[in-house]
Amino acid sequence: MGKKSEFLLQVSNLKQYFPVKGGVFGSKVGDVKAVDGVSFHIKKGETLGLVGESGCGKSTLGKSIVRLLKPTAGQIQFQGMDITNMAQPALRPLRQDFQMVFQDPAESLDSRMNVNELIAEPLVIQRMGNARQRRQRVNELLDQVGLPKSAAQKFPFEFSGGQRQRIGIARALAVNPDLLILDEPVSALDVSVQAQVINLLLELQRELSLSYLFIAHDLAVVKHVSDRVAVMYLGKLVEEAPANELYQDPKHAYTKALFSAIPVPEPGHQRERTILEGEVPSPINPPTGSAFGSRINHPDYEKTVGVDLTPVEISPGHLVAPDQCCLTSEDFAKVKPKEEPLPASTD
Amino acid sequence: MSERLLEIHDLVASFQTEDGWVRAVDKVSFNVDVGKSVGLVGESGCGKTVTAMSIVDLLPKPSGHVLEGEILLKGEDLRKVTDKRLQAVRGGEVGVIFQEPMTALNPVQRVGKQLVEVLRIHKKLSGRKALQLAIEWLDKVGIPDPEQRAMAYPHQLSGGMRQRVMIAMALCCEPKLVIADEPTTALDVTVQAQILNLLENMRRELGMSVLLITHDLGVIAEQCEEVVVMYAGRIVEKGTVQDVFTRPAHAYTKGLLSSIPRLENAHKSELNTIPGQVAAIKDFVPGCRFCQRMGRRNTMVRRRPPYTEIADGHWVEACRECYEG
Repeated sequence: MGKKSEFLLQVSNLKQYFPVKGGVFGSKVGDVKAVDGVSFHIKKGETLGLVGESGCGKSTLGKSIVRLLKPTAGQIQFQGMDITNMAQPALRPLRQDFQMVFQDPAESLDSRMNVNELIAEPLVIQRMGNARQRRQRVNELLDQVGLPKSAAQKFPFEFSGGQRQRIGIARALAVNPDLLILDEPVSALDVSVQAQVINLLLELQRELSLSYLFIAHDLAVVKHVSDRVAVMYLGKLVEEAPANELYQDPKHAYTKALFSAIPVPEPGHQRERTILEGEVPSPINPPTGSAFGSRINHPDYEKTVGVDLTPVEISPGHLVAPDQCCLTSEDFAKVKPKEEPLPASTD
Repeated sequence: MSERLLEIHDLVASFQTEDGWVRAVDKVSFNVDVGKSVGLVGESGCGKTVTAMSIVDLLPKPSGHVLEGEILLKGEDLRKVTDKRLQAVRGGEVGVIFQEPMTALNPVQRVGKQLVEVLRIHKKLSGRKALQLAIEWLDKVGIPDPEQRAMAYPHQLSGGMRQRVMIAMALCCEPKLVIADEPTTALDVTVQAQILNLLENMRRELGMSVLLITHDLGVIAEQCEEVVVMYAGRIVEKGTVQDVFTRPAHAYTKGLLSSIPRLENAHKSELNTIPGQVAAIKDFVPGCRFCQRMGRRNTMVRRRPPYTEIADGHWVEACRECYEG
């Protein structure tokens, strides 16, 4: 085993590009920069929430971390081991420790396998236990996620959405992982069932001291389950902070806009509603400067072109992109990149 | 006294299935007044969409049928009119915005052409005039470069833009009532805010009524004046948004409101939940269906609870387990 690290998962400057092919011979004409230089870490027992709009690259990020994709650049360290370029056979035993739960359990569960086979499959792949032990483990897991033992012989279509998501969670937990990547685990569920699944995830985390990367577009859900929240926009993180602090004192204009766009179930609720114009721009030809600044046509956009917008600390544990377009002048002064010595002026 | 636009009395909609006829909507009654915005809320499978689609007879044929009840639009019973009249109502006096514009729009026809078709049929305009008006409407719903976008096919537009096209199609004949079925569910929050804002502005500008179907109570609180809460094919509570949200009376409404994660919640606190899930339609009991979900076996399972008006216009299904009167 590699050396012990303070962090369970550490991601540095991760990039995940997809080639865009075009022209007569299908030659590469560009890249979709789905994830473009993202860094963060997750400690043991901690939940990092990841929010952003569709197309911002959050699911791709999840998939690169569990190495369902081969990252273009950067580094992923899991329990101190560099898994960025590890070959699949070497990776397989490590997969016991990180598992993924997908958004739509109807699609991610094989409809021809019964629940017993579905939950036992990761155990078979990891060659854990014999048939009898596996059956016992399946029963244990069903109990843990709140399904009756009789569920084992049924097929996915016999369950409701919430129950299917419980099966997905049981399947991910089968091999005793330390980290779960949860990709929109409750987005497809009704609110009363969503609350059941959120409670289950919180309870499992307490019992098994699991770490979560919780990916979702619903800021209220993410804030509820997370210790820290990172906000992603067009392939890059723009802000990261402890969950309560992000809600009470968001710094980045995009984070503020996201909060203000959430409809609140209280009639007459007064809020400053910033209605954003436009939509997330295409990651094929992303703006060279501040991506959000270009969406809102900020007058200072030109000043951000070519500037490194990697989030930096504005207060302990609170990181924000040093983006002139998206911060108040007061906040910007705190995170402004150090002035480079000016080239000798000519006038 | 506000003027009634739509009155629905004891609507029953059924589907023919392998298990025989099932009642997806079971005696539902509510009104939409002129210029008002009414929200229809409930979890999936509770009959919201079936109720709304029954109004303009858009239930999937041949299995879906409206079996009983009256649907009065300005006093005219839409169940008794001719097919031709119903066609004129659909898209004319009543506009419909569907949830998923990608399936509701014709994928092989340019969006401008689709709008033109609506205008030619309902407004009897010439092709040139209709195109001109179509482009005006694309502009009105906030689509940049409307002349060019009119020539685009639906797949060339983003989700938000497609939903704008749907709204333009629903509104271009200046309907009196717009039925919006989960108009923003497939969209991101920032785009949702744009679309809801657009819908609200259009409602004020054209003085139309909106029946907004959603599972998002936040959207209802912000957009609607009145709300109808459905559970398992029936209305369990209805009233003004103010009354229902601040003084919910039925246990289901209370459960729904308290299971939403709110931004001001304590971090990682346990959320309130409603145990179980909505029963399958074929298993619906004649009595209180929320008691059925909660596993209560009492007399209420056998007889349908009556409705009680607990405050002016605030109605609740008065099951003695689910409502403490």
